[in-house]
Amino acid sequence: MILPVVLWSDILIFALAIAVGLFVWQVRKNPLAKARWRTVFENKVGVTSFVIILFYVLISLVDSLHFREPLPQLEGENASDKVAYSSEVKSVLDLVLVNLEEGAETTYSAPFALYSFAKENMTAEDGTVYRDFPRLENGGSHLADEADHLWDIFGKSIQAILVGLIIGFIPVALHMWLRKRAGNTEDYIPWNVAYGTFIALVVISTWILMVSEYYHILGTDKVGQDVLYQSIKAIRTGVLIGTLATLVTLPIAIVLGISAGYFKGWVDDTVQFIYTTLSSIPGILLIAASVLLIDVYIETNPEAFNLTILRSDFKFIALCAILGLISWTTLCRLLRAETLKVSQLDYVQAAHAFGVSHSGVIRKHILPNVTHIILISVVLDFSAFVLAEAVLSYIGVGVDPNMHSWGNMINAARSELSRDPSVWWSVTSAFILMFTLVLAANLFSDEVRNAFDPRTAKGN
Amino acid sequence: MTMTDTTNQAPLLTVRNLRVTAGSNALVKGINFEIFPKEIFALVGESGSGKSLTSLSIMRLLPEALTISHGEINFKDTKLFTLTETQMNTVRGRKIAMIFQEPQTSLNPVQTIGAQLKEVLELHQNIQGNALQAKLVSLLDEVGIPDPEARLKWYPHQLSGGQKQRVMIAMALACEPDLLIADEPTTALDVTIQRQILELLDKLRRDRNLGVLLITHDMGVVSEMADRVAVMQYGEILEQTDCKSFFANPQHEYSQRLINSLPDTKHFIQGEDAETILTVDDLKIWFPKKSGILQKTVGHTKAVDGVSFSVEKGKTLAIVGESGSGKTTTGKAILRLNPIHDGSIKFNGKELVGLSHKQFHPYRRDIQVIFQDPFSSMNPRMTVREIIEEGMVSLGVEPDADKREGKMRALLERVGMLPEHLDRFPHEFSGGQRQRIAIARALAVDPKLIICDEPTSALDVSIRGQVLDLLNDLQKETGVSLLFITHDLSIIPHLAHNVAVMKNGVIVEQGTTQDVMESPQHPYTQALLQAVPKIQTV
Repeated sequence: MILPVVLWSDILIFALAIAVGLFVWQVRKNPLAKARWRTVFENKVGVTSFVIILFYVLISLVDSLHFREPLPQLEGENASDKVAYSSEVKSVLDLVLVNLEEGAETTYSAPFALYSFAKENMTAEDGTVYRDFPRLENGGSHLADEADHLWDIFGKSIQAILVGLIIGFIPVALHMWLRKRAGNTEDYIPWNVAYGTFIALVVISTWILMVSEYYHILGTDKVGQDVLYQSIKAIRTGVLIGTLATLVTLPIAIVLGISAGYFKGWVDDTVQFIYTTLSSIPGILLIAASVLLIDVYIETNPEAFNLTILRSDFKFIALCAILGLISWTTLCRLLRAETLKVSQLDYVQAAHAFGVSHSGVIRKHILPNVTHIILISVVLDFSAFVLAEAVLSYIGVGVDPNMHSWGNMINAARSELSRDPSVWWSVTSAFILMFTLVLAANLFSDEVRNAFDPRTAKGN
Repeated sequence: MTMTDTTNQAPLLTVRNLRVTAGSNALVKGINFEIFPKEIFALVGESGSGKSLTSLSIMRLLPEALTISHGEINFKDTKLFTLTETQMNTVRGRKIAMIFQEPQTSLNPVQTIGAQLKEVLELHQNIQGNALQAKLVSLLDEVGIPDPEARLKWYPHQLSGGQKQRVMIAMALACEPDLLIADEPTTALDVTIQRQILELLDKLRRDRNLGVLLITHDMGVVSEMADRVAVMQYGEILEQTDCKSFFANPQHEYSQRLINSLPDTKHFIQGEDAETILTVDDLKIWFPKKSGILQKTVGHTKAVDGVSFSVEKGKTLAIVGESGSGKTTTGKAILRLNPIHDGSIKFNGKELVGLSHKQFHPYRRDIQVIFQDPFSSMNPRMTVREIIEEGMVSLGVEPDADKREGKMRALLERVGMLPEHLDRFPHEFSGGQRQRIAIARALAVDPKLIICDEPTSALDVSIRGQVLDLLNDLQKETGVSLLFITHDLSIIPHLAHNVAVMKNGVIVEQGTTQDVMESPQHPYTQALLQAVPKIQTV
């Protein structure tokens, strides 16, 4: 039997997913909000970016189901004895990516390479020692004739793509049939675009999974680990740091910013004092100090962190919290200014004349009219936090080096890129996955903003 | 005004068959007109009629989304559309100059007016040194700025609105253009200032032989100023004739409507004596001036300094004054949106000043407000239903949802809208329709007094009349009292039983509308009444 391991970040990510689910359910009941969200999904860009974001979230959810495998029983042990578990914590995603995870090499190798990237001393059959690029242990080891290399990649890709198309088409066809049977008249979603994106993602995934059995698609890193595996594992870190840190900033920024702008007077003075003080201390300094504090805490409480992953998870959550706690000032400032402006408008005055309470005015008049600022800054912050993680890893106060993250990969690229010939695949891999996520998030937020701004909203 | 003889002169500007389109949508649909030297040609129309687009086409300053698809504009012998952008730059400013509606935003706030005028002169005319200084002084002198030498060193914020517009005119005249385009030059100004600016324009065109294209929506201004008139609607010129015959005998039905939209100032509404509902006694609204680290109050800005008036049941009191006179501040103080320094406000005999936020709550039902700008007075993110419902819910009018729905539908129909409009958003309606919704919102809580803060000044003239009629009818039906705050004297006889004239925070004159309008006692009231542009009856 396996032993499930529940990390704090796992709980948070599933709580978030459930919260989003509840929000969607809530939206479905409100006709007005439904109509607005509908315009987001009427748009091709909106649907495409939504499917991509969903795919990323799905990967990080699968990657958040952790467990420990039992160790094989030693001789002389009884089956009824207590089972010892591996200290290595795996996730369900590792089972899927088993081809990528296993079959490590000894050091760098280029994408689809057959030979290692670095020369090694090797002994020939006749006993002489010579220096050359050694053949990889796993990458392309099935090839009988190296001349077939390119044809083999081509053939395997075609095969994988065909399989991917078949796998992709089955749910699409099923869904199309269901739709037809239901005879849904008010179909506003451009389903063909959604299907297209879905099939493309399925094909890419199948291709990666099938071809990675034979080759390292994006090469290997310094210790011979598959780069693609690392970048895929880093998705969870990226998605989590973006959402968690943003989630920490939001309530502080919204509550303080709106109260400062709305109540003015001493409330405003206090809030302004807090954020000017906070923003005049360099952020990096605060983060570095806090991270060191956490390190000390972990050192002094070793019994609570008996697994490496527990340590890195604790450090990771603390990092999200710290990032969030020092990054709310910009949004707070913007919200204060916008609230000052909005609360002078006639419709707020009219609400006062109607005796609407302060909380009512804030909820109904102020908050909806500053939402665009919140939405935009959420997405910008999201991308900024993903990037900040890279910067922090660079100065050694980022996520734990044991944790897969794009930041750690980019950080490693510092020395990799200065080699000649340079090792470009590690940073490229991190870049591609990070770029896709940030771009999809940006495009989606654009559509959401357009839909919620009545002046740009179509239809209605 | 005098007619200019146009028969034997060559036109200064000829517009032939001008079409402006946005995509496939024609906004200006093939218009023709000429402007002669020394002539004021008025282009009249309501918002969206294409009059400003026409003037921008002449300057070739149209926004990028719009294209001139057809037609030609000749300035003297030059075909403007064949010029390169560089050549056009020599026409702009030097041959054709333009002044805009908002003098506040047309001047650079961080440069002295002298520096800004100098820049224009240096750019277009080769004058230097003492000659330049003399020229600057003479320009400011010509547009009637007192003590021009000292004023050259002033910054725009030190000047009043009227003076800023004079500086704008001086800048436009600096290069001695032949044609001046004035796009609603007085709309943002008070009536007394408007009169001065119009007189200045009239004097300048005589002295300088200037052709003026006057764009306006105010028929009073047209009647006093223009030599010839063209009426525009939906991008077409409906009627084009000389001013006198236009007002004597308007041909087009729309022109007649525009002229008739000017309220009748000869008939006053009458009302019998009634008990007072609101009494304001010696109301003072002072805003503290604070200074120092401890924010000690060192003095007060006296926005309203001891005004007293009363409103009778079912009647209308108009508070008239120019901007800055404290009339809006007074209205807001009654609604408790402004702090009160001193004085007393009695509603139905009960003192309102000194009540806590909570104690005042029940009175919110009785006193309601309609704001000036129908675009900012409604939350753009709420439907009309949510907007009207908000006050009813928070003040506990009609707690029953079905009855509330029925009342809202009835109200919308009463103000001339459709019940289906409940689920729409404010941006889907025009200014006039929005103002009707705002009236419905105020009426929804069955108030006894409505404070109307310039409810018609943001509306087009033809719609203004309809909204005023609606208010009048509603008053007759429901017996609601109105406190009508306005700067527009022309609408008062039609609307108000009593008038109070405010200036610099005090009421200078009050009485029944007929008394004040027909025999004004205070010199300020007399000046105000005289300044209103009127249509010359033939």
